[in-house]
Amino acid sequence: MTSETLEQGATGSLGERGRRLSTGRLGDRLFGISARGSGILLLLIIAAIAVFLIAKAVPALKADKANFLTSQEWNPDAAQPRFGVLQLAWGTLLSSFMALILATPVAIGIALFIAYYSPRRLASGLGYVVDLLAAVPSVVYGLWGLQFFVPKMASVANFLHDHLGWIPLFGGDNVGGQSILTAAIVLAIMILPIISSISREVFLQVPRANIEAALALGATRWEVIRMAVLPFGRSGMVSAAMLGLGRALGETIAVAMVLSTAGGISLRILKPGGNTFAANIANTFGMAGNLGRGALIASGLVLFVITLLVNMLARAIVARRKEFV
Amino acid sequence: MSTLNQASLRGVSAGRKVKDRIVQVLVYVAFLLAVIPLLSVLWTVVSKGAKRFDPDFFTHSLNGIGANDAGGGAYHAIIGTVEQVALASVIAIPIGVLTAVYLVEYGRDSRLAKLVSFFVDVMTGLPSIVAGLFILAFWLLLLGFSYSGFAGAMALSILMMPTVVRAAEEMLKLVPNDLREASYALGVPRWRTICFVILPTAFTGIITGIMLAIARVMGETAPLLLTVFVTSAINNNPFQGPQMALPLFIFDQAQRPNDVAINRAWAAALTLIVIIMLLNLVARVIARLRKPVSR
Repeated sequence: MTSETLEQGATGSLGERGRRLSTGRLGDRLFGISARGSGILLLLIIAAIAVFLIAKAVPALKADKANFLTSQEWNPDAAQPRFGVLQLAWGTLLSSFMALILATPVAIGIALFIAYYSPRRLASGLGYVVDLLAAVPSVVYGLWGLQFFVPKMASVANFLHDHLGWIPLFGGDNVGGQSILTAAIVLAIMILPIISSISREVFLQVPRANIEAALALGATRWEVIRMAVLPFGRSGMVSAAMLGLGRALGETIAVAMVLSTAGGISLRILKPGGNTFAANIANTFGMAGNLGRGALIASGLVLFVITLLVNMLARAIVARRKEFV
Repeated sequence: MSTLNQASLRGVSAGRKVKDRIVQVLVYVAFLLAVIPLLSVLWTVVSKGAKRFDPDFFTHSLNGIGANDAGGGAYHAIIGTVEQVALASVIAIPIGVLTAVYLVEYGRDSRLAKLVSFFVDVMTGLPSIVAGLFILAFWLLLLGFSYSGFAGAMALSILMMPTVVRAAEEMLKLVPNDLREASYALGVPRWRTICFVILPTAFTGIITGIMLAIARVMGETAPLLLTVFVTSAINNNPFQGPQMALPLFIFDQAQRPNDVAINRAWAAALTLIVIIMLLNLVARVIARLRKPVSR
């Protein structure tokens, strides 16, 4: 804590001086301009992403004979182009939220384990192990999912279907491995590290005094966590989960490989089928014609907007929290 | 700070004790749940990838290899990945480091700096396929260029920038202010202070961050699919014609319905993971060897 205030105090004076980009010398001026220019360039890139996606999406949207937001069809290259994002949005949100529900408790458990339960010497090493999950490329998760996990999930799906098939969620005619549930589990594995590492950071910021006060009152370890750690870390955990959600929404290749795409909207999570924005782009891009590409770009724009909103909200929660810590 | 000391629970009622134990077990189980898929992925990749992890695999392309033929390799994909990632680094590292310099040394509390900082965070969450779509819409469809390794590199550089900015920013913040003041006191101009005092001090930390960023984009598939396309022949020129990349190779081979192709996919996955893990490892070692001088 003290080091933080020190830093702020020290750099505050620098900030005053920082208003002026240079001392007027040529080298100084050039360097200041290029540093500032890079920052501005980054902003321009974000703006350009939005602008060019819109520019290429508009002609396709104009040619669309169906309602882009509510249609379930995807035939952009037909003589009468009809396409809409409803089923893509459904599949994306369903798989991502299921992944979030699966991953968040486990990730918070991991964060608690590393911060408070594991032997202190091992803590950073164990954190590294979890971070390794993030280092594995998504295409490798896709390959593993397709070749190893899907066959396993097929028997799990059959089991669930046979015993719990009366629950609509597990119902349906032919259940299989390449289902939304499988995709959600793979996504959950992929977003574990980001949720757990951010939660861990928040947990480590819990004031020592709070923990000691709880211990002094005779709290057990769980009670300390419930009374001191979790309330303090609540907003941090929420934003961690949302960042994980943002990642799951945009994940492409692993989902494209694991899920066997099929149209339609269904809550039957064990049936092969469903589709997501990103997987649809990856799977159909190779065969898409001119209008088809425009349609895919339009669907990508929707994905961009959704992830942008989720991420901005998550960051806003973090930023607000920082202010009163 | 970690590990709450488990004081003796003697005066604690049975119910609370049981709850405490249950939570402890749950937390351990949560950690195991994360380790199981990691081990499973690594084990399957190593055991299945080893089958085709032979010299042929690293010296041959897939040119002229029939759909069901054995043999062939990922030479063209490795060349492609190396070139694309190198180009992406050349674009992203200067912009990223300069932006970090701006944020720490120049901007500090200015409005622009806050805006840049916020959008860097937002950019971190940019889906990789959207970066690919942007290059597709801008470079390929609007400007009319054709598929090339360079187009892929541009998409990758967009994904790299925020990681580089954040890593460099953290490291620059750790540089003690005394160094800056000492340099200014000697009358050294600001840009020379940054180039010859501040950046060298933070150098190892920045390198670590850059290597982690490289490791991250090396496994990206989706943006390359839209910008580099797929080829089975060797193409050494990243500025002309479709190229291949290791992740694309895996994606392409994994979807073919025969074991020969699947085995090639596993071998490529092993290659990719080995490279990425090495990058991660070296980055960690550098970080540990020379921690930046902090207060």
